Amino acid sequence: MRGEVMTGARTLALVGNPNVGKTALFNALTGLHQRVANHPGITVERHEGELKGSHGQVRLLDLPGVRSLAPRSPDEAITSATLLDEGNAPALEGLLLVLDATQLRRGLFLLSQVLETGLPLLVCVNMADEARAEGVPVDTNGLARALGGIEVLAVSALKGDGVAALRQRLLAGPLVAPAQPRLADIAGVHTTLRPSRARWQAQRRGVEEASLVQEEAAARWRFAATVLADVKTTAANKLRQRSDRIDRGVLHPVFGPFIFVAVMGVVFQAVFTFATPAADAIEAAVAFAGEGLRAGLGSSLITDLLVDGALAGVGAVIVFLPQVLLLFLLLILLEDSGYLSRAAFIADKPFAYIGLSGRSFAPWLSSFACAVPGILGLRSIEDQRERRIAMFAAPLLTCSARLPVYTLLISAFVPRSDVLGFLSLQGLVLLGLYLLGILLAILAAALYDRVLKSGARLPLLLELPPYRFPAMHTVGLRLMQRAGMFLRRAGTLILVFSVLVWALTAFPRPERAPETSSERAAAIESSIAGRIGHWIEPAIEPLGQDWRIGIGLVASFAAREVFNSTLSVVYAVETPDGADADARLADTLAGARDARTGALSFTLPTVLGLLAFYAVALQCISTIAVVARESGSWRFALMQFVFFALGAWMLAWLTRTAALAAGLG
Amino acid sequence: MVSESPTPEIHVSWRALDSLAPGQQGAVVALRGPEAVTTKLAEAGFVPGALITLVRRAPLGSPLEVAVDGARFTLRAEDASAVLLHDAR
Repeated sequence: MRGEVMTGARTLALVGNPNVGKTALFNALTGLHQRVANHPGITVERHEGELKGSHGQVRLLDLPGVRSLAPRSPDEAITSATLLDEGNAPALEGLLLVLDATQLRRGLFLLSQVLETGLPLLVCVNMADEARAEGVPVDTNGLARALGGIEVLAVSALKGDGVAALRQRLLAGPLVAPAQPRLADIAGVHTTLRPSRARWQAQRRGVEEASLVQEEAAARWRFAATVLADVKTTAANKLRQRSDRIDRGVLHPVFGPFIFVAVMGVVFQAVFTFATPAADAIEAAVAFAGEGLRAGLGSSLITDLLVDGALAGVGAVIVFLPQVLLLFLLLILLEDSGYLSRAAFIADKPFAYIGLSGRSFAPWLSSFACAVPGILGLRSIEDQRERRIAMFAAPLLTCSARLPVYTLLISAFVPRSDVLGFLSLQGLVLLGLYLLGILLAILAAALYDRVLKSGARLPLLLELPPYRFPAMHTVGLRLMQRAGMFLRRAGTLILVFSVLVWALTAFPRPERAPETSSERAAAIESSIAGRIGHWIEPAIEPLGQDWRIGIGLVASFAAREVFNSTLSVVYAVETPDGADADARLADTLAGARDARTGALSFTLPTVLGLLAFYAVALQCISTIAVVARESGSWRFALMQFVFFALGAWMLAWLTRTAALAAGLG
Repeated sequence: MVSESPTPEIHVSWRALDSLAPGQQGAVVALRGPEAVTTKLAEAGFVPGALITLVRRAPLGSPLEVAVDGARFTLRAEDASAVLLHDAR
């Protein structure tokens, strides 16, 4: 029996509809005692927390919110699999079903399905404070009676009311299995439906007759109505009225889009303006630590591995954190306040033209900071086709790792002149690269949309919750959860690959440790990376590039901005203390000449071509790995990589050829 | 308050949800269209007898904001056309 009490490890799971404050309750119950576990068999993570008391402890799983147990998105699939005991999910002692006090009937729809799992159950009516504010406190006794004796507790996760009592109850002892677990028995609803487990599986495969599915749903709604017939309930009328007043402005036909653009502009600006000083400080601190380490340890292979491999790798990871954290923070605030679903509502129409929906908006916005959180954010999308299209195109949006490469090349080669007297040409080129990224993402999505066989689309049933003030402790915990996920998914790979790239550039070791910059340059040319650079030279020669850029391309797979530091070594740039490394590199590149012909290595057309290459190429090992994992298909990830590489090459060639023809050389 | 599906009669006028003006409402008679759409709609509360209000259209004309059973959902016009209502006013 699954419902049996297990000694030692008691495991309970939180389930509920989306937007009922389930995660807020999870955070309120477990606080910092939580961790992330990989769900076996499914490529999605699951949050686990621990409740400890004097009598024992309980493991609590936070399962993604669902409206029904017939899952569609990878997120929903976890919830279903855990409840239906599939795919090596941990055995559950029981469930905490979280309901929204102001939307009880919606929760009871899910309850009717949850009952059929036969698992012991405790019903938690959340947002009890909002019901009280409406003058209709949650009638826990009435609800428990109507549900045939299931335990019911009222809580307010955001305010903390009732959380201590709930914690005590969970620690006190096992939950009780519902006495009458069958839908037909509880409220006298008569259905002629087959057992639900087989039915959900059939629904998931899409083989069940639509009329049967609808009939079952109607029966479940009747069940919900019957249960509530004698229970006094309320909707969140006051909150809804306030929301409607706000929405008259926020979703106004004329002002709505302006507010949307303004909010997103602020997010965008904040991420780049406020995060840049922090990122610079991190870079300086890492460089300082490296010098200190080198001075302390002396020159050896181990020192090189630690400083140029490991420490540089750690630096390459944490330098992203200010931007990614700030972006996450702003997105969480927008999401918890309720604006993010309005943004999706507004953005849906333009997204619909390229096979996407408003749901893809926030993940795409994240991709401007980094494609990894963007792609992770696509998990909650139910429509598999949309998920694939959005995942395919997202890496084309200009992520922040491209920015150092763009800045370097632009400052070195684009004239510092003004257009029309007041627009900086350098700024225009950068803006053009951002627009190019957006344009390419749109084209790629539209193209992939046409390529995919058209399947049945799922309706865009996005809930628009009333506006609420985000609770700061919940925001803080969620920020930590997301940052942790980013570090695990992207961070570890960037770190490992940085060490690998270091090894490629450090081996074979020169006979004598290089001391001057020109010796270092000679060492890297004879290294494995140097050989790879020479080896791919024929492929990039039509783009006007040589083996040195080849090394840069290989090295920048760890993270695109590694391109800059690698070129500094390849071009033997001397950076005395206090000098701006990137400015010195820019000067060096501008004066670099081909050893054979004596011609300038880089001309404006060549550089424009290189910029175009970086705008397209999927030059990022973390993104490739995350795409493979999230799509569940290495084939898809490799197809995307090859497609982007070919596209990058062609666009670079076209750009250079056109620039040469225009006489820019 | 939840009624059985009414027997279709000639004088009953059915309207698709997407043809409503903001502020208008009606009771669901039936869902039509592909299974994937109707299942999701039924799970969200669009079942015969349920009272549906078209709250507003998005600033760009689509999707629609729809009130059903105390919740608000977005619904694209083509999916809203799967929801047939009677007594719409």
